[in-house]
Amino acid sequence: MEKIPAVRFEHITKAFGSKVVANKDVTMDIEKGEIMALLGENGSGKTTLMNMLSGIYRQDEGQIYINGEEVHINSPKDAYDLGVGMIHQHFKLVDLFNAAENIALGMDKKVTGNAKKIEKDVREICDRYGFELDLKKKVYNMSVSEKQVLEIVKTLYRGASILILDEPTAVLTPQETDKLFSVLRNMKADGKSIIIITHKLNEVLAISDRVAILRKGEYIDTVLTKEASVQSLTDMMVGAKVELDIERPDVKHKTRRLSINHLTILDKYGVKVIDDVSLDAYSGEILGIAGISGSGQKQLLEAVAGLQPAEKDSSIKYIDPETREESQLIGKSVSEIKKLGVSLAFVPEDRLGMGLVGNMDMTDNMMLRSYKNGHNIFTDRKTPHDLAEKVKEELEVVTPGISTPVRKLSGGNVQKVLVGREIATEPTVMMAAYAVRGLDINTSYTIYRLLNEQKKKGVAVIYVGEDLDVLLALCDRIAVLCGGRLNGILDGRTATKEEVGYLMTKLIDYGQEAETYDYHEEA
Amino acid sequence: MTIMKKHKSERDPLFHVVRRTDISFGKAMLIRVLAVLAALVLCGIIIVLITGENPFEMYKYMFDGSFKTPRKFWAMLQDLALLLCVALALTPAFKMRFWNIGGEGQVLMGGLGALITMKLLGDDGAHLPHAVILPLTILAAIVFGAIWGVIPAIFKAFWNTNETLFTLMMNYIAIQIVLYFQFIWSGGSNTIPIVNAGRETSTYAGWLRLPAEIDPSFTGSTVVPSSSGFLLNIIIVAVLTVAVFFYLRNSKQGYEISVVGESENTARYIGINVKKVIIRTMIISGILCGIAGLLIVAGTDHTIDTNSARGYGFTAILVSWLAKFNPFYMILTSFLIVFLQKGSIELASKTNNIINSNFAEVLIAIIIFFIIGCEFFINYKIMFNPRKKRKEAEA
Repeated sequence: MEKIPAVRFEHITKAFGSKVVANKDVTMDIEKGEIMALLGENGSGKTTLMNMLSGIYRQDEGQIYINGEEVHINSPKDAYDLGVGMIHQHFKLVDLFNAAENIALGMDKKVTGNAKKIEKDVREICDRYGFELDLKKKVYNMSVSEKQVLEIVKTLYRGASILILDEPTAVLTPQETDKLFSVLRNMKADGKSIIIITHKLNEVLAISDRVAILRKGEYIDTVLTKEASVQSLTDMMVGAKVELDIERPDVKHKTRRLSINHLTILDKYGVKVIDDVSLDAYSGEILGIAGISGSGQKQLLEAVAGLQPAEKDSSIKYIDPETREESQLIGKSVSEIKKLGVSLAFVPEDRLGMGLVGNMDMTDNMMLRSYKNGHNIFTDRKTPHDLAEKVKEELEVVTPGISTPVRKLSGGNVQKVLVGREIATEPTVMMAAYAVRGLDINTSYTIYRLLNEQKKKGVAVIYVGEDLDVLLALCDRIAVLCGGRLNGILDGRTATKEEVGYLMTKLIDYGQEAETYDYHEEA
Repeated sequence: MTIMKKHKSERDPLFHVVRRTDISFGKAMLIRVLAVLAALVLCGIIIVLITGENPFEMYKYMFDGSFKTPRKFWAMLQDLALLLCVALALTPAFKMRFWNIGGEGQVLMGGLGALITMKLLGDDGAHLPHAVILPLTILAAIVFGAIWGVIPAIFKAFWNTNETLFTLMMNYIAIQIVLYFQFIWSGGSNTIPIVNAGRETSTYAGWLRLPAEIDPSFTGSTVVPSSSGFLLNIIIVAVLTVAVFFYLRNSKQGYEISVVGESENTARYIGINVKKVIIRTMIISGILCGIAGLLIVAGTDHTIDTNSARGYGFTAILVSWLAKFNPFYMILTSFLIVFLQKGSIELASKTNNIINSNFAEVLIAIIIFFIIGCEFFINYKIMFNPRKKRKEAEA
């Protein structure tokens, strides 16, 4: 008997408006009992394709077959009835409900009331696949990984045999990722089909059986994972040979640009989020900042940017590259710092919520940095418009036009707009927080290249990162934060991943006090 | 093969809805016109079914309300200008996502400021000349309006109070204050007499008017109080419309308003002083409301009561939103509202209340519903799924 695929897409086309074709004539199969990775650059149509399978969008042309039968999926409910469940990047849970209530939500009335039966069924699912789930725990008390487990269990409870996971590991720690992968393998062994969308190629190689590649909305090919490598997948994704080595030019003309001394910052509950940190940043180098997320990275950068008040005795001095004059940045507002002549570029972690205005177009977003220029009461739109054109051209921003609101762009393109604008201010200090989070490999390398260009121009670059391999390949020095304290500065050329990892989790030089400190609270 | 659960949509539905990303201005306008026509047809059916009257005659009466005589036409323009002025006042605040529903109170306070100045410095008080009183009247209206606007802004900026409730409550305080003056200055009749236009000593001090040569509706002793100042009001609001349009679209402050409205975090990141912008914008909003009060009291009514703001503080919210905060579109939307209001009054009077004002309001509601509802068809496209394919699916 011929093998019937769990899902078959046939000539699927989906367009948004007349300009954007998200999927073009996509034909591909997903087998039963396999883990398939769906790979593509930002905006290549992966999520759109999966949204059609899960009933959020409807294809313009083409057919979807499930278990060999043509199906018409017009709503997420249809998808559920067909055994398709999607776990979105942003979880769809009710915070005030506990796990069991969230699972019961939206089910048949008979089921909703029967707490005992739900509990029994959920237990069975958890035992079968190896999930750990506390049914009585409220969602607002759960960690990201617990919420994800709940989402998956909820989907399985509704009888899903085809699971789609959209960037499931983006928010997980390495340990949590391992745990997730082990349950995915158990589910696969049970005959479930799993589609996983991710940008992390080493994870693709670790978990999947086959890899399907999309490029600019078109289906390229499906390859067996065991025959693929990071290099081969990247090349297919981009459609050209990509250089996968991060350049690290030698540091030249190193002078002190920023001098942070005894910086202490309290959060709104009075807890020290940055504790007596002293650190220098030099021109012409990239200073990496490593640490478990929430170790004070955000506050450190915001303090330099004038967005974060600090305790007394804290000091952040800026040394002017020309005059060597020192100016204190603590206690000054963003505009006061700008008036001092300090040209500071800051790429914050929250791109659309802080760095840009999602509803505004590229021109208006470029204007954020320049609108105050000139003594006219009216704004100059010409310069930002030209800058928008230039950024679009030089950084290859994919957008229907510079008058499209930036929130409609894909993650990588949003970041290009932001970084492009910040670089255009010709900074002397450039700070970037998680600059490649959620970006595909090609865009990530564009960002590394741009940072290196700034370094070569003599800018003091501060790069907060989470991927240790990248930090070690890109940065000249790596400052490691642990629970708000500076736990050591390593040479990026000689340090090892283990050293950095050790400093991230274990405070040194602080004696007995440090050992009793609970790091996991921070994570 | 595994047995699948039966699911409901075994075949394609008749149509599906797709978001439009680009629609030409002409096409969008055509949809709006069609919506109005559809609303008129539906209203016509309802009129025939309920009253048995000829709907075309009814529509003619509605049209007459604004266009029958030059006087009606001028009155319509006058009301349009006043409503537009309040809408212009609210718009900067709305663009900042500051829900100022206190326009009513701000207009009343502006008007009260004007009236107090006219009364205390004019014929009943200090007997100062018109040339002195007029600037002070304007100043008083602006200051009163600005104060009423800035109080909720200060509380919002420093203590993050809810501006919707705050501005709403300020309306009631304003009404009570006006009521107080109505009481002390009416001599028991509860109506404040027209100021500075006494029979023997008419100085018209503080009145906002054009010289008699330009606006003949005002000629010394034969003054028709309710029609004086029409033209001047209209000119002032026309200038304000252009000014607000460019202020919001092209000025640095207008840009700051948009950024604060879209994302306070981004505003802080870029170095905008959010508190300052909130307070400054509400001062502007209050000033414009004060000007609306000035136009009403010094330009039109020359007296004040608790209804002087005519409910425009609330109606203007609709005007501003319908126009998507574009001052030039607001000319159209305020015309629409005023036209419908005038039409319903005319309709009620002409039909001897067969169609009373309540029924007319039902018709207005239907028309507005269609106009708002048609935005759906401007933003979305209905795609019919081809028959052939559906048949195939059934087979």
